Amino acid sequence: MDYSYTLLILLIPFLAFVFIGLAGMKFKPVVSGLIGTVGLGLVFMLSWYTAWQYFFVGGLVDGEYPKIIAMSVDWLHFSSSLTIRMGILLDPISVMMLVVVSSVSFMVHIYSLGYMKGEKGFARFYSFLSLFTFSMLGLVVATNIFQMYVFWELVGVSSFLLIGFYYQKPSAVAASKKAFIVTRFADLGFLIGILLLSFFTQTFDFEILTRSDHSIFSNAASSTFMGMSVLTWSCILIFMGGAGKSAMFPFHIWLPDAMEGPTPVSALIHAATMVVAGVFLVARMFPVFYFQAPDALDVVAYVGGFTSLFAAIIACTQYDIKRILAFSTLSQIGYMMLALGVSGFDGHEGTGYMASMFHLFTHAFFKALLFLGAGAIIHAVHSNVMQDMGGLRKYLPVTHITFLIACLTIAGVPFLSAFFSKDEILVAAYHHDKLLFAVEFLVAGITAFYMFRLYFTVFWGKERQYHHTPHEAPRVMTIPLMILAFGSIFAGYLPFARLVTADSRPFESHLDFGIAIPSVLIGLAGIVLAWILYRKESSLPERIVRSLGGFYRMVYHKFYVDEIYLFITRNIIFNYISRPVAWFDRHVVDGAMNGIGWITVTSSKMIRGLQSGNVPQYGMVFALGAIVLVLVFAFLIR
Amino acid sequence: MIEGIPITHVLIVSAFMFFAGICGFIVRRNMITILMSIELILNAVSINMVVFNKYLFPDQLQGHFFALFIVGIAAAEASVAIALIINIYRRLASINVEQVNEMKH
Repeated sequence: MDYSYTLLILLIPFLAFVFIGLAGMKFKPVVSGLIGTVGLGLVFMLSWYTAWQYFFVGGLVDGEYPKIIAMSVDWLHFSSSLTIRMGILLDPISVMMLVVVSSVSFMVHIYSLGYMKGEKGFARFYSFLSLFTFSMLGLVVATNIFQMYVFWELVGVSSFLLIGFYYQKPSAVAASKKAFIVTRFADLGFLIGILLLSFFTQTFDFEILTRSDHSIFSNAASSTFMGMSVLTWSCILIFMGGAGKSAMFPFHIWLPDAMEGPTPVSALIHAATMVVAGVFLVARMFPVFYFQAPDALDVVAYVGGFTSLFAAIIACTQYDIKRILAFSTLSQIGYMMLALGVSGFDGHEGTGYMASMFHLFTHAFFKALLFLGAGAIIHAVHSNVMQDMGGLRKYLPVTHITFLIACLTIAGVPFLSAFFSKDEILVAAYHHDKLLFAVEFLVAGITAFYMFRLYFTVFWGKERQYHHTPHEAPRVMTIPLMILAFGSIFAGYLPFARLVTADSRPFESHLDFGIAIPSVLIGLAGIVLAWILYRKESSLPERIVRSLGGFYRMVYHKFYVDEIYLFITRNIIFNYISRPVAWFDRHVVDGAMNGIGWITVTSSKMIRGLQSGNVPQYGMVFALGAIVLVLVFAFLIR
Repeated sequence: MIEGIPITHVLIVSAFMFFAGICGFIVRRNMITILMSIELILNAVSINMVVFNKYLFPDQLQGHFFALFIVGIAAAEASVAIALIINIYRRLASINVEQVNEMKH
């Protein structure tokens, strides 16, 4: 089977980036947009073709899906044992991610033709979108952890560039810096983890790291550090990188601020693709985690579970619709992390892994849909804040229906896609850890509540005073909404357990009604509660808020995590570390340099006085000098 | 051959000329005068050349040749210097040497 054409999947967005970036200003903006969109259309088709060929034409080899290296070149050659390669690895998760990334990216490209119309920097926007798509695709097909790291940083850069797209806005600049610094800090852990792991195993290759022969780990098994094996440490550090990119607690602070970027960017990068890179990373390294570092896997599960609850509670109190969606993203990624953390490896044991990937897949559709829908709402009312919205269902019929579908999906209403994936996650959690199951069960209810709080306030509720009558978005924006709505309804019917599993061997999964029915009920309870509170404008929510008092304020301020970060950085790091270092730099290092400069300047000033330009004076000095020399030679030296 | 005049007398004359030249070079402000002082210095040197040649090596001629060289060079130098002075005068409307310090930087 020849998969070499998959190289085009990477090359097309890259060339689009270079071309639009260099020549974009020469054309009308729409030309850049069309180039990017058409290129992504090709990538989209190629990705689906790859998936079809991989799963259905190539299919199973000896009962499992093979890992195929479609291409591999030596990129850096240091020595025979240290060579860094760049390549394309096709296996179930990377093929699935190709499909997810290219589909959502394609939809966002089309949508942005309408949403970004008339914006300054339209071409720049499209070139960055192409750069992001290239980096993300390169990340998912990475054959080794080093290549992944390279593309990992590239997606970080594109995220930075796109969050800061409105670079005249101070808040956007601050948000982009925050995102960059927080994820970079987490990536430090990732890098150390990579170094540790590759030092002990002598390889970067995923294929070698994840093969069933574990002999490469024998070196590392005996080394321990602070009571844990180095493999556990390296896995935890690698997870730290993943947690940074996926905005898990305590690195979640950048994601809500990242909503300063244009809404299509939030849909693509900060909902559907880049933020799940952390989940993808853990999934990619899953055999290492599972066999070598089960403790690290527990860390993954608990961090995921905690973040999902934490973010869901905060989401109930926010008013900015994009921020609500951001917290909901955190919560859903927490679900995926948790599912990976509780997963086993073989066959049915691997339900958690399968469920995590499944949820990643369905989440990409419905969350991209939610964000693009939010974009359409913002487009109509020119505000992000919920208090400025209400009764929009009459004005935005298409947005309303698709948004409702997405809300129902995320709430876990039966027979929509997330119902299936969430059910699998709950099943996996139930069999592993009852506490985590209880948390996720609760979160399912909260999720339904806050999504419908958003839905009812925006689309029902009281009509507001609008600047002009809100109007439905143009067709170029509503068509992607419809396609994504279709995806979020039907993506759940893919037989995921037969395609993407931990050990690459298909198994049969079926609904567990003992868990599915209660989870649906709690979801419905959340919806009903939101209906009672927000269907009509009433004073009820106000009174509840007042009775909660301090707790509400704490949640509203996101548990003061940002403030704690600021306190630590401003008061502790800045005062006690940065100040002395800055003082040393300014006074000792700069002082030495300034001293040298000062000496040169002063001495040259003194010497300059000698050159007066007065010729007789020169003559006198010359004559006196000659006389002195004569005297010296005449009397002193004989 | 200059009979009856001791070498010291001639040398004293040339030393007077020389130091008069140096003194004029340093003290005077008018550039033409400075040029004349330089001529004095050169002539003092040529006198020395001739005198030493005459008294020490009467049968040789190098000193005379040097004196002739110096005369030729002095002529060339005077023409260049006067050309310079004329140009400076055109620029500054002055030949006071104290005002000609524009090119010190």
